[in-house]
Amino acid sequence: MTYRQARWAREGCLEPLVFELSRAGRKGISLPPKAPARAKIPEKLIRRSLELPELSEPEVVRHYTRLSQMNYGVDLVFYPIGSCTMKYNPKICDELANIEEASCIHPYQAEETVQGALELMHRLERQLAEIAGVSRVCLQPSAGAHGELLGMLLVRAYHKSKGEARTQVIIPDSAHGTNFASAAMAGFNVVIIPSNNRGRVDLEALRNAVSEKTAALMLTNPNTLGLFEDEISEIARTIHEVGGLLYYDGANMNGILGKVRPGDMGFDIVHFNLHKTFSTPHGGGGPGAGPVGVVRKLEDFLPVPVVEYDRKRKRYYLDYDRPSSIGKIRSFYGNFSVLVKAYTYILMMGENGLEEVAETAVMNANYVMRKMEDVRGFEVKFDGPCKHEVVFSAEPLKRETGVTARDVAKRLLDHGMHAPTYYFPPIVPEALMVEPTETETKEELDRFIAAMREIAEEARSNPDKLRAAPTATAIGRLDEVKASREPILSWKMYRELAKG
Amino acid sequence: MKKLGLIVNPIAGMGGRVGLKGTNGAGIVAKALELGATPVSPAKTVEVLRVLKKSGVEFELITYPAEMGESEAAGAELKARVIGNITSRKTTADDTKRAAKEMLELEADLILVAGGDGTMSDVIEAIGTRAPLLGIPTGVKLHSAVFANTPEVAGQVAARFLGEGLPLREAEVMDIDEDAYRENRLVAKLRGYALVPYEPVMMQTTKEGSVGFELADQKAIARWTIELMERGRVHILGPGTTTRAVAEELGIYDSTLLGVDLIYDFKLLARDVNERQILEAIEGKPASIIVSPIGRQGFIFGRGNQQLGPAVVRKVGKKNIMVLATPHKLSLTPTLKVDTGDPELDDELRGYIPVIVGYLQTRIVKVI
Repeated sequence: MTYRQARWAREGCLEPLVFELSRAGRKGISLPPKAPARAKIPEKLIRRSLELPELSEPEVVRHYTRLSQMNYGVDLVFYPIGSCTMKYNPKICDELANIEEASCIHPYQAEETVQGALELMHRLERQLAEIAGVSRVCLQPSAGAHGELLGMLLVRAYHKSKGEARTQVIIPDSAHGTNFASAAMAGFNVVIIPSNNRGRVDLEALRNAVSEKTAALMLTNPNTLGLFEDEISEIARTIHEVGGLLYYDGANMNGILGKVRPGDMGFDIVHFNLHKTFSTPHGGGGPGAGPVGVVRKLEDFLPVPVVEYDRKRKRYYLDYDRPSSIGKIRSFYGNFSVLVKAYTYILMMGENGLEEVAETAVMNANYVMRKMEDVRGFEVKFDGPCKHEVVFSAEPLKRETGVTARDVAKRLLDHGMHAPTYYFPPIVPEALMVEPTETETKEELDRFIAAMREIAEEARSNPDKLRAAPTATAIGRLDEVKASREPILSWKMYRELAKG
Repeated sequence: MKKLGLIVNPIAGMGGRVGLKGTNGAGIVAKALELGATPVSPAKTVEVLRVLKKSGVEFELITYPAEMGESEAAGAELKARVIGNITSRKTTADDTKRAAKEMLELEADLILVAGGDGTMSDVIEAIGTRAPLLGIPTGVKLHSAVFANTPEVAGQVAARFLGEGLPLREAEVMDIDEDAYRENRLVAKLRGYALVPYEPVMMQTTKEGSVGFELADQKAIARWTIELMERGRVHILGPGTTTRAVAEELGIYDSTLLGVDLIYDFKLLARDVNERQILEAIEGKPASIIVSPIGRQGFIFGRGNQQLGPAVVRKVGKKNIMVLATPHKLSLTPTLKVDTGDPELDDELRGYIPVIVGYLQTRIVKVI
């Protein structure tokens, strides 16, 4: 397969902004002459000019199609970006999120008129609680990191309720950067513990880190090396013995779905990424969802409102009457359309299907790991099978040829694949973190492995070509030093520079 | 065109293979030669120059005659402007100092120094931090933080510095008393600081914008350290730029970079104190030690801060020791070391300790 990304440009500039394409008087839609709502809007609130671009429908469609052609996405290419679980997003989930009953409701509608939506949320909460082994789940956080913050706020509320001032949150050095930020945002000091030579939590360091100041340990399991923390029972005991809580970062739940439950491992707070594990699209700044589940002793602190079912009156309602709640963490009830997609996905897959997700995801990652064994230049630093992702080190390749993990990642783009996560986790030098997910076929995985082999050979025969990569994309390699010293901060700056 | 100075200490490293622990002083060189030592600096320097040449970066090479750089340039087939005069085969520390001064006068953008701690100490004695330096590790003793990990890396860093530019940072120059070392006593002194190109080992830092990264980390560390300091307690501030940042954050700008200062109630109580003065100052008062690992080996006690001897450390107590280190520094020295001169105390200090690595951030690090 050969690949060449489209490059749409005019006068030396990439596809213009939709505002620049605007021409006065052009229309994409015809409104009725008298919009019925207008009469009800007070005069002083009506804006006289809207500053919206004026274009015909085909112009708009072409503009966005062109932009999409200068991008990568799961609908187009293999997207093995580790820890992001870029699995395919089934279209049926979008379809159901777009039905009128789901998309045309308003959060201010009376509860009686949105019983279906409330029922869906109630059921999704039960499903997630069952999957994670916890007692209740809050669906409100709009993103993974938002969920982390909620988790840390719950930790704070719990200790406060017991009259304890615990100030420290322990985080392994392999954790996602957001963990450190979330703990700090919630007002905790961060204590970083090293990984051991098996790529897992260094238990001795953990035992030396815990004290009466320990509020919680934030742990990702499987961790960011794709390895299962097999001493989790001992870790949980160590934290619980000093009165701390165990927080589960759900970024890598795809590797254990249906196999083992965080609640059963001893976690008190469990975070999910619906846009990873449950196949809703990744936001890119748009709507995501990071629900948070808790064990019974933390239930009372969950944000308001929670969806409850009144058995007597046979209706669902939003319960705000929760005196110990930490309060609200966002407006309304969560990114509802994302919840609909996740709910659809869970129903579509069923219990056995979800278990198969983990099995296939793990098998795919291990297939890649084993098949890469004879590709000279890459090594796996830690022994044993991995879970859903594998971290290669391109250190041998760098030593031999000077070609770095970054060069390899960029060159993959020329093969029509998105790059893996690189230089993460920071504890592996020249890291390339590959997560194939369960939705890729054997042929696609073989194509990736062949590309990696070709790149390793190219590093020996023509390293300069690798350093210049990517060349088949709309935009080539950025000069990172120049970019950080002379950043182009706006489209206007870019356009002026491009036009010289 | 950028100017690159090159100073080779031709005899550096010769004592290593024959077990002489350094080659400072003419008598030792003769002894090393007698024991069959062969020069190691020239070949390593040629390797650096080859990497530079291959990088395609353009520069004017300025060097000293014969084995102090001229021959190495020829070995790498590089044209060089040769300055100065030496007596070949009888070069001394004075030649190194003179070469550094002359290269500074010629406004060299970077001076490559092939040698060890002794050579580097001579160079900074001559020019201080007035010109950027980069050490090619060819000496026996490499405690200073100014050396690249390998000659190849030295070539790559120099190429990046001359080509696209890299930020500069101050790095410790250490040297040990060789006579004492030969008698199995280790007395390391912090000789001063050199200005070196800042090339973080982890590539991620470029993503976050590495310019001034370590300075920002030092400031963040200082802020939190100050929040942890208490009135009515003597704070013993060890040497180094990370601890200096604490003093500066307190508005104390005349702290000693190489010595130990005392801070009380957020004010400078005494500067550049010795062990006896420290013991007197903390008599009957609660005290804390604030130290940062020194040099490339990650020693928190026993290298460059001998004023903090066993008596001081014992009196202050393990739980009152605050260790500060930037993530960059810890990435170079993932474990810390102690050598207070009191083996029993060293044992007590070993194990896992918290190190302040940022604002509200500590890292559990093993002391071995």
